[in-house]
Amino acid sequence: MIPVAFDYQKVKSVDEAIAALAGGEGKILAGGHSLIPALKLRLNRPAKLIDIGGISALKGIREEDGEIVIGAGATHAEIAANKLLKSKLPFFAQAASLIGDMQVRNFGTIGGSLAHADPAADWPAPVLASDAAIELQGPTGKRRLKATEFFTGFFSTALRDGEIITAIRVPIPNEGTKTSYQKFSQPASRFAVVGCAVIRFPDGKINIAFTGVGEHAFRDAGAENIISGQAISDENIKNAQAAALQNITVLSDPFASEEYRRHLARVYLKKALQALA
Amino acid sequence: MSTTNLIGQSVKRVEDKRFTTGRGRFADDIVLPHQTYASFVRSPYAHARILQVDTSAAKEMPGVIAIYTGADLANVNGVPCGWQVNFKNGDAMKEPKHALLAAGKARHAGDPVAIVIAETREQAVDAAEAVVVEYEELPCVIDAAKAVQPGAPLVHEDVPNNICFDWALGNPIEEVNEAMSRASHVTTLEFVNQRLVPNAIEPRSYNSSYDPITDKYILYTSTQNPHVIRLLMCAFVLGLPEHKVRVVGPDVGGGFGSKIFHYTEEALLTWCTKQLGRPVKWTAERSESFLLDAHGRDHITKAEMGFDAEGKILALRVKTYANMGAYLSTFGSCIPTYLHGTLLQGLYTTPKINVDVTAVFTHSTPVDAYRGAGRPEATYLLERLMDLAAHEMNMDPADLRFKNFIPPFDGVNQPGYQTQVALQYDSGNYEGVLKKGLGMLGYEEIRKKQKEAANNGKLIGVGFSTYIEACGIAPSAVVGSLGARAGLFEVGQVRVQPTGKVSVYTGSHSHGQGHETTFAQVVADKLGISMDDVEIMHGDTETVAFGMGTYGSRSLAVGGTAIVKSIDKIIEKGKKIAAHKLEANPDDINFESGKFTVKGTDKSIGFAEIALTAYVPHVYPKDLEPGLDFSSFYDPANFTYPFGCHIAVVEVDKETGEVKLDRFIAVDDVGNMVNPMIVEGQIHGGVAQGIGQALFEGAVYNENGQLTNASYMDYCMPRADDFPFFETGTQVTPCPHNPLGVKGAGEAGAIGSTPAVVNAVMDALWSGGHNVKDIRMPLTAERVWRAMQS
Amino acid sequence: MSIKITVTVNGVKHVDRVEPRMLLVNYLRETLGLTGTHVGCDTSSCGACTIHLNDKAAKSCSMLAVQADKCRITTIEGLAKDGELHPLQEGFNQCHGLQCGFCTPGMIMTAADLLRNNRKPSEQEIRAALDGNFCRCTGYHNIVKSVQYAVEKMKAAKPKPKKEVAV
Repeated sequence: MIPVAFDYQKVKSVDEAIAALAGGEGKILAGGHSLIPALKLRLNRPAKLIDIGGISALKGIREEDGEIVIGAGATHAEIAANKLLKSKLPFFAQAASLIGDMQVRNFGTIGGSLAHADPAADWPAPVLASDAAIELQGPTGKRRLKATEFFTGFFSTALRDGEIITAIRVPIPNEGTKTSYQKFSQPASRFAVVGCAVIRFPDGKINIAFTGVGEHAFRDAGAENIISGQAISDENIKNAQAAALQNITVLSDPFASEEYRRHLARVYLKKALQALA
Repeated sequence: MSTTNLIGQSVKRVEDKRFTTGRGRFADDIVLPHQTYASFVRSPYAHARILQVDTSAAKEMPGVIAIYTGADLANVNGVPCGWQVNFKNGDAMKEPKHALLAAGKARHAGDPVAIVIAETREQAVDAAEAVVVEYEELPCVIDAAKAVQPGAPLVHEDVPNNICFDWALGNPIEEVNEAMSRASHVTTLEFVNQRLVPNAIEPRSYNSSYDPITDKYILYTSTQNPHVIRLLMCAFVLGLPEHKVRVVGPDVGGGFGSKIFHYTEEALLTWCTKQLGRPVKWTAERSESFLLDAHGRDHITKAEMGFDAEGKILALRVKTYANMGAYLSTFGSCIPTYLHGTLLQGLYTTPKINVDVTAVFTHSTPVDAYRGAGRPEATYLLERLMDLAAHEMNMDPADLRFKNFIPPFDGVNQPGYQTQVALQYDSGNYEGVLKKGLGMLGYEEIRKKQKEAANNGKLIGVGFSTYIEACGIAPSAVVGSLGARAGLFEVGQVRVQPTGKVSVYTGSHSHGQGHETTFAQVVADKLGISMDDVEIMHGDTETVAFGMGTYGSRSLAVGGTAIVKSIDKIIEKGKKIAAHKLEANPDDINFESGKFTVKGTDKSIGFAEIALTAYVPHVYPKDLEPGLDFSSFYDPANFTYPFGCHIAVVEVDKETGEVKLDRFIAVDDVGNMVNPMIVEGQIHGGVAQGIGQALFEGAVYNENGQLTNASYMDYCMPRADDFPFFETGTQVTPCPHNPLGVKGAGEAGAIGSTPAVVNAVMDALWSGGHNVKDIRMPLTAERVWRAMQS
Repeated sequence: MSIKITVTVNGVKHVDRVEPRMLLVNYLRETLGLTGTHVGCDTSSCGACTIHLNDKAAKSCSMLAVQADKCRITTIEGLAKDGELHPLQEGFNQCHGLQCGFCTPGMIMTAADLLRNNRKPSEQEIRAALDGNFCRCTGYHNIVKSVQYAVEKMKAAKPKPKKEVAV
């Protein structure tokens, strides 16, 4: 329950955060809902925390240049309640409302969750499926990464030393787009054993992303190719299920063996696709 | 509120306000002057030789006051076991020392190796991390059946084959074998009753202080039984003068058995405070609770039940390996024996029963009583067998029970029922609760629905459990003859103050049971006064006479009876005072509704005036002592035997194996009820824990002896959205041998519910044509899915 | 290192210097002596430590005291206003929503946040909102009933004007 002693710096701007990170020994504190439990168990032992919770530039959800810009500091609860996301990309709100519990959703942030990159976190699924980009800022300036390039492995991302996530930018899809996020929760932690996000654009293209299944969340091109442009029929769903999870190392843990998780992923793909119809 | 007929009313609890406003006072809320804080260095290994403990760097850390290791405590006794079970051959069970700090060897993951005491909690934790321990990791064994195999790693060098004891009860095995050989059908089930972690939400917390001037100790401890802790600590561990030691169990945040036991930390902190002359406090972190609070259950069992062609039970044969963990906890030995084997008669007329138990040490957390303690294991065994047997014999599971129930008996006009396994049931109407349960369920309707669902590819299941338990623990002479090292009476003192207000001191301890309300109802009802004029005091050895505490659903049946006995003495004495004042014969005085009245007249005198007279004895009977204050000890004549019928309705997702609990019906007969609201609350809580065992919970050790799910991120605690509203019903068959006619309700829910849920899942799978015999608990989605694949 | 923080707890302003690693729950319990907020786990799971931070339910074991600088906090001790119990505090008594009472403060604070945002929650919404709060005593049955009692009670009462909050 007692973290190791550390220094603390509260920063007011992204630039200040990046300057503070430049020392190399600092760790970013956002909502703290992934970090602080790890600190208490002393699994994480930073020399210094840089608290970005007060940076107003990271807050809020807004529309800008045909994109919905979700500030990295937006909380899960804010996203769950956001009208713009609810109308344009409802699976963001759906996923948000399934994260942790009410208290965690009140203070946990999307940026913190993405940076932590828990393979069973919910956010990566809709972020990947919606063709979102992650906006990063570091000592050499800003850059934008496709979500597909961001998640690189088990608890690892393309974030470079000294960089922080500033926003998630989601292209606003055309009218008539449908989305769904379906989740089989780990019964104790309520993280995703399997989470499947699907989006169907008006032209029939379907994006499919899984979280919880592999070492990191991923887009399932095999399944997408089969079902994109097709009717969401029982037969097409079956084909998509069969095509899913190719070349994926499926995780195994006490809550779901590899075989069962693979099976669940296919079942939840079906549930997600059926929810679009 | 009316002062008469308070017994039987759902009076709202008087203790609630302090908890709903944040004014409860739990052990960790207490901070003493010059407080110091303790933190532990714990073995990361399940089994290891402790080669060296280097505290030199840690001792130099800021704020560190002292560090002690096992070597410092070489001359201090370990914590004792409170119940001696003998081997079949008469030898005493093996009782290896459970030292306050491990010395030489660590025997389970989390075994404490050193204690660090510092000015602040932070400093203690920081310094504990700086203690360097050199270990030699040794092979370990966790599974009780494997631990008895030749060549298995030994937990204690002087305990061959890790066997703590072997034990049998019931009819001679030859007779049981003979009866079994005549059976036309034998149902066999080999199963694991998995290990559970009790998880009271308040972690254990202790604060021990010593005053060198008065030579007195005070230990604040989150315990269910302060006097038992004081006795064990003083007499068996530290050799302290009992009258110089005060043990206080303040508000305690749930126990469920896990706070009965005398834990090493209680004695160790008390030993430390003497060394330092400053109070020492320790509160478990949840990850420590997982590793150190005594676990529950953990039986590996083979059970066989033989039936004749009509479905009458002929015989029951049981072999169980019971895991004791690394050390014997306070009541570890009696759980799989006298609280398990003795319940295997169930509600049935089974004529021949033999149960054989081998208790085994393993490199794991000690196992002891957890809500129900032995009785849930017995009920699970019997009730799984009954539903399975019905399925195998193509009979209805309710019909099979009706065929085998012991007929109703009230224990007054009909004698108690003598079982084949040592107990004599007090009173019962077993078919009554099942009939009521079936009515609440709408049995025919649900079977119809199940059939329709199966035709549409959906799996619905109904599971039954008709249970009995033994509680109101316990007649001292009986348990003494069975190896208990303590009496199991209770004390209740009723002190009438001069103004007629009443202070009650009970040896029972309330940690959620609502004694401050229920006991006050009894006292106010019997004395005809307002509940506002009654205060219930408990949990402090300095104010309460020697009592035994709360466990085994005993508080009202035993502790409540002790109070009633004291009330009787008060009324008796009150009559004498009243008779003197009213110039009548004491035999002619009636006491009713708070008034002493001369029979057949309107001459009366109120309770408060009698109280005042007792303390201002100006006009007073000669030879009568002043005062109105009585203490009574009550040693029960028998156990009490609540029983009931639990029914679960589940839906199983064919694709994923997920189980959804649609309905849960509990009909419980706990005898008379003083406060039905509180009884119902106790049932709800027990049912939730029992369902937790069936569907969610279970300790998981890996091959290295690590508890892999030692946190709430991995150990699945039941949550609000895991349950529907429970449907509860009651039947009342009064207990014939205590004045309140009460039996006990604390454990019933946890005892009855587990097999009902598992049976329901089995029934659902059977309805879908899956010929499954057992799924290991907890019934996770994957396990159920796998059962459907095979 | 120690950091100066200013927090308003149950309407009282406090200025303290704290170690950065001090958890908010420890600040409340140990520095301010508000022991109604409890610690039941070390993984942000059990919810016994739930308080309101700027009017939102928060797990105070998963926050540093320094993060609460310049914030307004309500703990269970501050929920009753002017000696009048919150409808939830009354409901938990009326419906036997507590036994040992250890989880109760967190349970009530979480439910209070739910009722602030949803005046008419369904049974399922109540159960879902309590996902982050463990109770080992009640099986949750009477907790849900207690929240439903408060819902009815608040329906009957006149709605108070909502206080605007500057965060």
